[in-house]
Amino acid sequence: MTTTTTGIRAVPAVGTAHTRVEGRDKVTGAARYAAEIPFTELAHGWLVLSTVTRGRVSSVEDGPVLDMPGVLAVLHHGNAPRVDTDYVGMLGMPPDPTIAVFQHDRVPHAGWPVALVVAETSEQAREAAEALVVHYEEETHDVTFAGEHPDAYSVPGPGGPAVTEKGDLEAELAASAVVLDAEYTTPEEHHNSMEPHAATALWDGGRLEVVDSNQGTIWVAAELASLFSLDPASVHVRSEHVGGGFGSKGVRAHQVAAVMAATILSRPVRVVMTRRQMFSLAGYRSPTTQRVRLGADAEGRLLALEHSCLSLTSTVHEFIESGAGVARVMYDAPAHHTANRVVRLDVPSPTFMRAPGEAPGSFALESALDELAEKLGIDPIELRTRNEPAVGPVSGLPFSTRNLPACFEEGARRFGWADRDPRPGVRREGRWLIGTGTAAASFFVGAMPSTAAATAEADGTFTVRINAADIGTGARTALTLVAADALEVPTDRVHVRIGDSDFGPAMIAGGSMGTRSWAWAVTAAAAELRERLALSDGIPPEGITVRSDTTAAVGALAQKERHSFGAQFAEVAVDVSTGEVRVRRMLGMFAAGRIINPLTARGQFTGGMIWGISMALHEEAVRDRNTGALYGADLAGYHVASNADVPLVEADWVDDSDPDDPVGIKGIGEIGIVGAAAAIANAVWHATGVRHRNLPIRPDRVITAGPHV
Amino acid sequence: MKEFGYQRALDVSGALALLDADPDARFLGGGTNLVDLMKTGVERPGRLVDVRELPLDRIETTEDGGLRIGATVSNSDLAAHPDVRRRYPALTQAVLAGASGQLRNMATVGGNLLQRTRCGYFADVTKPCNKRDPGSGCPAIKGEHHNHAILGASDHCVATHPSDLGVALTAFDAVVTYETADGPGELPLADFYLPVGDTPHLETALPQGALITGVVLPPAPVAANSRYRKVRERASYAFAIGSIAAALDVQDGVVREVRLAFGAVASRPWRARAAEAALLGGPVDAAAFAAAADAELAAARPLPHNGYKVTLMRNLVVAVLSELAEEAAR
Repeated sequence: MTTTTTGIRAVPAVGTAHTRVEGRDKVTGAARYAAEIPFTELAHGWLVLSTVTRGRVSSVEDGPVLDMPGVLAVLHHGNAPRVDTDYVGMLGMPPDPTIAVFQHDRVPHAGWPVALVVAETSEQAREAAEALVVHYEEETHDVTFAGEHPDAYSVPGPGGPAVTEKGDLEAELAASAVVLDAEYTTPEEHHNSMEPHAATALWDGGRLEVVDSNQGTIWVAAELASLFSLDPASVHVRSEHVGGGFGSKGVRAHQVAAVMAATILSRPVRVVMTRRQMFSLAGYRSPTTQRVRLGADAEGRLLALEHSCLSLTSTVHEFIESGAGVARVMYDAPAHHTANRVVRLDVPSPTFMRAPGEAPGSFALESALDELAEKLGIDPIELRTRNEPAVGPVSGLPFSTRNLPACFEEGARRFGWADRDPRPGVRREGRWLIGTGTAAASFFVGAMPSTAAATAEADGTFTVRINAADIGTGARTALTLVAADALEVPTDRVHVRIGDSDFGPAMIAGGSMGTRSWAWAVTAAAAELRERLALSDGIPPEGITVRSDTTAAVGALAQKERHSFGAQFAEVAVDVSTGEVRVRRMLGMFAAGRIINPLTARGQFTGGMIWGISMALHEEAVRDRNTGALYGADLAGYHVASNADVPLVEADWVDDSDPDDPVGIKGIGEIGIVGAAAAIANAVWHATGVRHRNLPIRPDRVITAGPHV
Repeated sequence: MKEFGYQRALDVSGALALLDADPDARFLGGGTNLVDLMKTGVERPGRLVDVRELPLDRIETTEDGGLRIGATVSNSDLAAHPDVRRRYPALTQAVLAGASGQLRNMATVGGNLLQRTRCGYFADVTKPCNKRDPGSGCPAIKGEHHNHAILGASDHCVATHPSDLGVALTAFDAVVTYETADGPGELPLADFYLPVGDTPHLETALPQGALITGVVLPPAPVAANSRYRKVRERASYAFAIGSIAAALDVQDGVVREVRLAFGAVASRPWRARAAEAALLGGPVDAAAFAAAADAELAAARPLPHNGYKVTLMRNLVVAVLSELAEEAAR
């Protein structure tokens, strides 16, 4: 028996910068990602995707392919095991039928999985997959997303109801001194994470083992158990390191195909998506067409606010990009209408992508506020300040905290906003026109029930097990700091283990809720462990372990409007003769709860803001209406900001500890991108005097829009 | 992917023999384009003959005062060479405007000239493409083409040539030298790329089995006052949507010599001879530059979504010639 001590920390770890605990492993290559972990007898599966956009598979000529070197099996709808899709998943949604691969002959979109070729090597599998001849009965398709589609319908989204309405919109618009009515569009956007989706499946002692790259092992394990009608305890999913997720890494076709093949072949099977396949199989953000109507009195007080958002989904699954939800949080008006609508087209299913709803919604609403400020002759920040709501505009609930004005005040001071000349198109440096812009940001925050285990080891260290996922955010490190403070020990005595479905239920890395949900459970377990240690005489060799479950505590949270807020600032240079737009500097000030690790938090904020640069200027998946497929579906064709596009991006925050959270956390995962594109678009207007309402602000659009040289 | 053989050639005759021995063989330079195309299945060689170790990696001054650039000189070495920087600055600027540092370290001069279009239909083997699969059709004409050709294209193909280097070389009258089993040969870069017509899959006039050994730049004093400007959809690591190589010599307020070549507007680097003719002997002002651009772009046949390139190229001609005129006046 040994003894251990807690309560020896004078300085809290939370709030101090800490490099990633696994940082050295990652930069030296010691950290292994899902597709790098070796297995004996490993076979490799390669997905074959449909080359037509709508129709039926009439035949799969697997015979010649089975004779190719190394080929072990060809799975397709004629021979694949059946799966069950009649269930509701962990996030309260039925599964996207796209994951139920090879169950029927229908092809509902280009890039639909039609077969898996399994071979001894990855190269053999790929060669055979590319040689596999699949015959189709092709049907006409409709992939054209336009502002008005006769089949569009209203539907509730992940974030709330389809439609909210109060007041008489037309009457208030008629009574307004100034009215703005504008349409904004955002394109199809993809979260193509650095690490492709990859999974290895095998059966081991009656258990299904899956080594994967995902945003929640319990999430994936539960869905695989449902799909294959297995006892959830007999499915074990691990996901140690994840090279980006952004909403795309749940259950996808590759894991399901790998499990099928591993079951048939009785050996480990790995399936990795190619970059090009990710553009069809990993989900994406729907394009949006949004209409915003604003009416205000002469002092800028909103009398009418209408925000409607049309997005698309596939014919097999309903996912809503609820861009109109942002107005339900940000601004109130006597007449306040919001509506999310969707149209089903012959396209892959969209999904959650960083700041779903708010990212495109804030582009439209925050551009519209800027346009209204211009019409009123009121400073854009002042206009927002005059329209700060006291309670939730739709819910009427109080805000947990709403420190948006503080973000604007401090951001404006640091950015030098007070010196800004409001006139557009009057600042020139050589061939460049210069402008600045701002926009507000918000994103829902919350907590979900989670469990954790904390162990006092006999050697004086502590092990915390929680089924968290570190998808590059720094979650493992943040939880180490939280656990160290809760245990009142230095961080080097705490080992946090994550990414293992055997650790029990926990929130996924998603919805800006991971760290808060996990930290709550870790704090609870640590507190109880300290109590146990205080009563114990020493630590037995197996250690002392306590478990926590936050279901009751989280369920007891009062109903409130709970959001992170932020103020985005951007300065741009525009050459209207060549259409080039360059962001010169950005500043984001956030009120996003207590910040656990300033180092990684800053990375998340600036990462989101840089993604906002991409969204404003670069990102656009081009769907060819004739073929129904994407054009240029790779990272040469789909542009994101390069280093040269990102000169100076700063993020900081104001004090905003959440009084209802044991650690004071809100959530920072998504808010960095919210409002960023609007701030840039508003700056482009300030530089040129021309308003760009369609993203991305491409050179050809700038050249065409003017002002003409 | 398809299994392939790999052999490294040590001398030019050996390289030619290795290629000749296998009808399915291809030369491999830096591999920065060919290997990508092999991964996507656009190229399926049975054998690669690596020519990067051939003794063609020198840059030398020719007897008449031009430059001879070996085919295996890396893009990085070319851009950094003092004679190139001083005598042909647009060449250095063009190379540095392309790709990334890592790619430029690998990519060769010969390979740069032979790189394939970045048209997204060409790169996607599930789609028709007359260049990749003759007779299958061109989906770009009625599909996505906002970065396709406005000059010299045909009803069979509207793809553009992606090279930056080639645009500057074209402006400076470069000559491509090559070796075949039957002996050496040379082709002015202006004649190196074939017209698109109804054979977009036939891209160059190089004889079958020929190996590019280098590029010769004739002496061109005008090139000392030259510039390359590239416009793209992000600040780095993207192909041009329009680019220009220009050189200008002004004496007594009159254009004495001028070179203009456009990139990203045609299936080959586009020498703007009509614009040059309009400028020669004329005044040095924005109106004259714009009129010259219009003379060249009168031949443009934009598609529904790439008409902006006409405006872009016109603006680039005026902007870059104005900058060069200002520098010449200093």
